[in-house]
This record gives sequence, structure tokens and C-alpha cells, in this order.
Amino acid sequence: MSSALESAPSSPAAGRPPRPWLRLRRRPGRRPWFSGTVMAIFAFCGLFGSVVAPHDPDKVNLSQALKPPVFAGGTPTYLLGTDQLGRDVLSRLLTGAQVSFLVAAGAVLIGGAIGLLVALLAGYSGGRLDAVLTRVADASMAFPVVLLAIVIVAIYGKGVTVVIAVLVVAAWPQYARVLRSEVIRIRTQEFVTMSRVMGGGRFWAITRHVVPNTIPTLLVLATLQIGLAIIAEGSLSFLGIGVPPPAASWGNMLADGRNFLATAWWLPVVPGVALSLTVLAANLFGDWLRQALDPATRR
Amino acid sequence: MLEISNLTTHYFQGGQVATAVRGVSLTLNKGLATAIVGESGSGKSTVAMSVMRMIRPPIGDIAEGTIRVNGTDVTAASPKRMREILRTSIGFVPQDPTTALDPLYTIRSQIVEAMPHVERNKRTETIVELLTSLGIADARDRLREHPHQFSGGMRQRVAIAIALAKEPDLLIADEPTTALDVTTQIGILRLLDRLRRERHLTTMFITHDIRVARLVCQDVAVMYGGVVVESGPLSAVVEAPSHPYTQALLDASSLDVGPRQRLRAISGSPPTLLSMPSGCPFAPRCPNATDICRSEMPATTRKADGSSFACWNPVAS
Repeated sequence: MSSALESAPSSPAAGRPPRPWLRLRRRPGRRPWFSGTVMAIFAFCGLFGSVVAPHDPDKVNLSQALKPPVFAGGTPTYLLGTDQLGRDVLSRLLTGAQVSFLVAAGAVLIGGAIGLLVALLAGYSGGRLDAVLTRVADASMAFPVVLLAIVIVAIYGKGVTVVIAVLVVAAWPQYARVLRSEVIRIRTQEFVTMSRVMGGGRFWAITRHVVPNTIPTLLVLATLQIGLAIIAEGSLSFLGIGVPPPAASWGNMLADGRNFLATAWWLPVVPGVALSLTVLAANLFGDWLRQALDPATRR
Repeated sequence: MLEISNLTTHYFQGGQVATAVRGVSLTLNKGLATAIVGESGSGKSTVAMSVMRMIRPPIGDIAEGTIRVNGTDVTAASPKRMREILRTSIGFVPQDPTTALDPLYTIRSQIVEAMPHVERNKRTETIVELLTSLGIADARDRLREHPHQFSGGMRQRVAIAIALAKEPDLLIADEPTTALDVTTQIGILRLLDRLRRERHLTTMFITHDIRVARLVCQDVAVMYGGVVVESGPLSAVVEAPSHPYTQALLDASSLDVGPRQRLRAISGSPPTLLSMPSGCPFAPRCPNATDICRSEMPATTRKADGSSFACWNPVAS
């Protein structure tokens, strides 16, 4: 790792001093064109989807029902066609993105935060607390998500918050388990000991050294979870315990559209493609981000 | 400068108490380098960790004794006071420089962390000066680099810079050259020796290699099984060792072994922490051992040349 740099001229006389953060931009092949664009569009639709939607996503117009998309012989009024109730698919896709975005962001942020907190607690305390926390995580992982969702929905009713809550409950043990072993690995590294030998307290060591060093792992987990959260929201909506109609979500669009696969293929295909593209992009983007943040692979 | 008296340190291992250091007394003179020599498990690192109060429950604890750094007893210091002492008075050079630096931060920010007392606008200058004096060329250009861009020897120099940035009175080096290759080792050893002379730095040099100790140290304490078996001026101890273990250690590392001659190894293996013999810890491996060695710990005897040893049947000189 270091030999490449040391053999390269690094004195000012031989040229500009090496600037690690510039190296990233000098290699165009490393830029995340595809995933960055898709993630940007997803984030934009997630925040402003209902504003840019050309039609009211919930407006029923039976005279315009089941119109195909413009590239399959439809009219430019409905770019991605209409569904069985004559609602504009593009508008529903855009507003549905808001639900998917909210669910993904909520599940990943809250689940990741809880997971990291538990991991720090377990990894640092060791002993009995560690054992208890690890068992609790194991137990919640063994519990079926769908059953959990049905129970929570039965108690609190349907809604986006409930979906997020279900996904958080399902996701935090995944973070906690992986990050716990990361925390244990990092805190036994010599630089953490060094920080204590230098007179730093435990809190300082955790915030300055342990947490930042878990970020690459956290990012990989989080991007995988973005995909899983979007798909899980879809599955819950598909089962009718997700986001309640008439509000659009990619999941319930997919669920409603499955009956029309033979006659109006665009109804399941459009949200399906959007879902797959977003999940793929989230994974690729996370991969790139992890490498871009790691000083050793940055160049 | 550093006075350790009657130090006993325990580790707690799965409900059992393992005594790693038993009644160690040791004085480090100001401006001199003292080698603590011993095999793994002899308790040499535990002494260093005890001085920095790094051994606290649940890992272990100091059971007995006092450790005075510049007159302050660190065994009685509050955690807050101890952090203060660590921040200002004690510099530590770790064994493995490859993991001693956090891979996420630049060299500059890791050294700055250790020098809060220096004014903000003078920090870069001070660091460049420090790194240059430690033999890092182009120090100014390399401040913004990350640890992975440095070789092992260079990282050890950065680790030394971190230890020195606070301008400590006491430098503790825990086998600082063990993880480095031989050519780099000499460079680091010379550097430590120069720093001690220039800065009147009291140095505790932990090593398992008595030859390395001879290059940089004036005093020596030989440890075995958690006990100091022989200590004093290095030249006196090396020329006329009294303890059979010191003798064996010198024999084992002597360079006048010709080709096809057997290396003189010490037979047997050192005692484990949980099975310490009640008498002299070296008795099971000692050629001179008698009954009293196995049952009673020998007292410390002072010699005319300034060294002292703890043995019932010392080597005849």
C-alpha cells in the first residue's frame, strides 16, 4: 500500500505534493455515474414527488382506464399509462416514491442508530450485558417479520409509521450483530489503547476512533438495508398490511398490478423496474461510498 | 524520576486471580534509559501498563505498592488526575506501529491531538520540526497523508512523534523495534538514544533482547516470573551477572557461538501466571537450585558495583 507512494516522487521539486482528495477525481472510471444518478432521482422524487406529479395520483377516471404507456401506443397525456381506475401511473409512481423513500430512510437511519448503539454497549461492556444483548438480538432475528407486522398492524392499525417500526424491529439486530464484532475488533487495536495512554477518556476513544472506524461496515449494511426496506415495504403492501390505499406506494402498485400482468403489463412492470433500479443503485452507491471514504483505497 | 516500590499487579481471568507482577521495586534515574528485560510472561509489560494505570478492573488491578512519577503516587491518583499525568508527563511508544495509528486520520491531526498546549498557529511548525528531527524527510508535504502511506519504520517515527509532542518527562517504549526489520531497528534505537541525550528523557525500555538493551540503556532490570531477579547498571550486570537466569540469558544471546556449535538455550519453559512456584520462580529451570530455592523467595542482595540480585545460590564470579 505504502510502497507505491514512496517510490513516487513526493517532493515539491518533482511536482505538486500529493493530495489524496484530488486523486478521486482524476480517475473518471471510479465515478458512480449510474448509481449516483439513480440515487439522486430517487431522493428527488422521495422529497418532491407529489409536487412534480403531472396528475392527481388518486383521481379516478374510468373513461381513461388501462391506457398503455406512450412507448406502447398510448398518449403523451399519460406517459406511463393508466391503471384499472384510470389513475395516472407516472403520478402514482412519483408519489409512491415518497413512501418508499420515507420507509427506506426511516428504517435505515433508526435501525442503524439502534444497532450501532447496542453494538457499542455490547462490545464495550462485555460480560453479562453483552450476553443479554446478543441473545435479544438473536431472538428478534428468529422472529418472523411478517408475523410481527401482522401483530403490530392489529394493534396500531396500518400506516407508514407502522411499516417503519416493523422494519426497524426487523433490521436492528442485523446491524447490532455485525457491528458488535467490529467494535470488539476495533477497540482492541493499538490506536485505541494509544488514545487512552495519551490521556483520552473512554468516551473520546469511542467517538473519535471506534465509531468512525465502524462507518465503512455500517455503510455497506445500510445500503443493503435500503434495498431490503424498499422490498419489504412492497411485500407488506402486497399482503395488504403495508401502506393503506388509496395512497400509492411502489409495493401496493405492484400488488394491485399483478392481476393485470396478462392484459396491462405496465401496471406491475413500471413499479417493479423502479424498485429494482433503486435497489441496484443503492447497493452500487454504497460500495462506491465505502471505497471513497476509506483512505487506503481512495487512491 | 520514577520510583516503583513493592508493586504487585493482578489480572482477573475468568474468576481466577493471576499475579503477573510480584513485589517489584525499581527506580528509574532522571535522564537515563533503563531496560526491562525478560521473556514473554515475565511481567515486563505489566509493569509499564501499571505505571500508566492501564490495568483497572475488570481486567486486573494493582494490589499493592506505590508508583511515583515525579513524586506523584499514581496508584492513589484519581482517574481525572491520571489522565492529566498521561497527557502531560508520560509518552508511550507502542510495540506494533502498524495498528498504533488510526487509519482514518491524517498524520497531522493525530500528532496535534497530543499537543493541546501548543498555540494553534504554531502547531504545524512544531510538528514539522519534530518530524524532521525524527528523520522524516519532506515532513511538511507528508502531514496530510494517512498512515497507510507510511512504511513500518516511518509509522514508528510518527508514533514516537506523538509520544514526544507533549514533551514528556518519562518515555515508555514497549518493545518498539520488535515489529520492524533489522535495518530499521537500528535507526529507531539510535533515534531513541539521541532523544534521551538531547532531551534528558527518562526512558523505560521494555525488550526481550538483552543485546538491544545494551545499545541504548544504562541501567537494566531483569525480570522473570513477575519478579526482578537482578538489576543495576547495565555494564556491571552484563560483566558480572549474579543470578543464574541473567547468566543464562547472556549465554543464550552471546555472539561468540561458532559454526556447528550448539546455541545455549535455557531448558524448560517459563511458569504460567496461574502456576507460579512458591519459591524463586526460576528454580524449576535453574542449574544451581537447591531445596530452599523451591520453598522460599530469596531476599535482594546489593553488590559493590551498584547492582543487586535476588538469589540463594548466585553465580560465582
